[in-house]
Amino acid sequence: MIRMELEANIREGALEKKGITFAEVRSQRIKEFLIERFFFVNGLLAILILLGIFSLLFAKGYPALKELGWRSFLLSAQWNPTSYEVSRYGILSLINSTLMVTIGALAFAVPLGVACAAFISEVAPPRIREILKPTVEVLAAIPSVVVGFLGIVLVNPILSSVFNISHGLNALNGSILLAIMALPTIISLSEDALKAVPKTYKEASLALGANQWQTIVRVSIPSALSGIIASIMLGMGRAIGETMTVLMATGNARALTFNFLDPIQTMTATIAIELGEVPYNTTHYFGLFIIGFVLFLMTFLVNLVSDIILQKYQEVER
Amino acid sequence: MMKKSMKVLFSVLSIGCMGIFFLVPLALGQNMIQIKGSDSEVNVVQKLAEEFMKKNPGVNIAVTGGGSGTGIAALINKTTDIANSSRDLSPKEEEAAKKVGVEPFRVVFATDGISVIIHPENPVSKLPLEQLGKIFKGDIRNWKEVGGPDMTISLYGRQSNSGTYVFFREFVVKADYSPHKKMMNGNAQIVEGIQRDKAGIGYVAVGYVVNDKGEVKPGLKIMNVAKDAQSEAYSPAILENVMTGRYPISRPLNQYLVGKPTGKVFDFVKFELSPEGQEIVRKQGFFPVQKHWMDFNRKQGI
Repeated sequence: MIRMELEANIREGALEKKGITFAEVRSQRIKEFLIERFFFVNGLLAILILLGIFSLLFAKGYPALKELGWRSFLLSAQWNPTSYEVSRYGILSLINSTLMVTIGALAFAVPLGVACAAFISEVAPPRIREILKPTVEVLAAIPSVVVGFLGIVLVNPILSSVFNISHGLNALNGSILLAIMALPTIISLSEDALKAVPKTYKEASLALGANQWQTIVRVSIPSALSGIIASIMLGMGRAIGETMTVLMATGNARALTFNFLDPIQTMTATIAIELGEVPYNTTHYFGLFIIGFVLFLMTFLVNLVSDIILQKYQEVER
Repeated sequence: MMKKSMKVLFSVLSIGCMGIFFLVPLALGQNMIQIKGSDSEVNVVQKLAEEFMKKNPGVNIAVTGGGSGTGIAALINKTTDIANSSRDLSPKEEEAAKKVGVEPFRVVFATDGISVIIHPENPVSKLPLEQLGKIFKGDIRNWKEVGGPDMTISLYGRQSNSGTYVFFREFVVKADYSPHKKMMNGNAQIVEGIQRDKAGIGYVAVGYVVNDKGEVKPGLKIMNVAKDAQSEAYSPAILENVMTGRYPISRPLNQYLVGKPTGKVFDFVKFELSPEGQEIVRKQGFFPVQKHWMDFNRKQGI
């Protein structure tokens, strides 16, 4: 098809007038074709990697499922594979712990993050904005070990004196630290979303007699909601998957609890602690992959739900 | 033009640097000793390695922690020359080592009294072994049950890759640890936790609690432990208590080698067991090798 077109062009002498030869055009076409394929393969690669991880986790975890049955994993809250008496592989308390710190972190990070984003984008004078935004982004560069260390030496004694408990290595400590780590994502992306709200919306609101607070809360934030929700989901993803910080600050006790002042052990911490020393290809080893698989499903679900929300919201917007 | 040549120079230099990074370890291979494992032993072995390197320039010893389990796994995977282990090899591990053709060779280079530590404000100062076990098992949950104030006991311990975790469980708890026990990353983290926790109790290697003069580090209190309810309780901070076995929770600190050592590894082990090496062990808060373990080493030809 392309060839025929080209040949027709050449016959008419159109290309020669422009000083372009047939060979040059052909090489251009080939280049374009290759580039197109390159991007296609890249796009495909993301899906392939995702499927690869998914199947690897399942394949590695499957022997444990086959040996013990899913009930012993999902219906028990006792995780103790290196037990003195009977090995137990219940992951309920680990899932519960991960959910606790994640929800706790969002409870701190969402109001703070959205408020901070609104301040940066709507209220702050330009000079303050110029200082504030990069500073917030620097916050994201703090290594998780350092945040975990702060949890031990700073948050720990503060919590223990505020709540009058003997130590502060608990779910609340982890939540606070994870909130700090999720904040830069939430602030930065929410601020971008708020900035993208058309100026005319705000002007219309202000012209109708609304004050700045009303404009932010009733016009800007609802208009930017899709972006804000996306930022929250990304922050949540960070919180669910974070390992080092929670490993250091939450105390790592495996008992099932719903009290934020009790020490807990998350799924990520369990994998990190035990994968280093577990003998290969034992039930314990496969069991850790089951935890990884469930964790993967959880993050996948979070992303899926956020995608669906976004799509729904955008449809309404249109 | 200038810029381009600078760029070329820069890239050549960086490739060269990378080459050096890859080649240096190869060139040093013969005089490089890798030591990995026990967190309880890591500081004292580090010190021993430093002194040994001072006396033997050209020899490089890299000491890392990670836990006894991690060290033994590395020995079996042949990624380390020496595995520090504060517990014995389990039969499973011995089997796994044989399967890959590694013949673990045990050397005992120091003695440890696992110390039970509490906050200085806690009035409890001695416990029999059995009660200690019940505390860590979760049967005794409040300090008032053992004569202390009315506080919920807050347990600190190690993670399952730790030799101390395994030893303490086999020897003291004789059951699973309470699920409320906080599992810390290393001895130092337990010390850190206890210093801030009035209701805390934890177990650590003695080298993390006392200095060479037998003085306890600030912010900590050592629990005296008795064999049983009728016996007297002893402190692990005092040399004689641990050496004579009066303190009930003492253990040999091991190193497992890949077969009988030769060359630099042999020299290093010899140095550890020499009077000078044992002096360093003492300075780091641990105790010299007990006589029967010294005989064990000698019988093996070290």
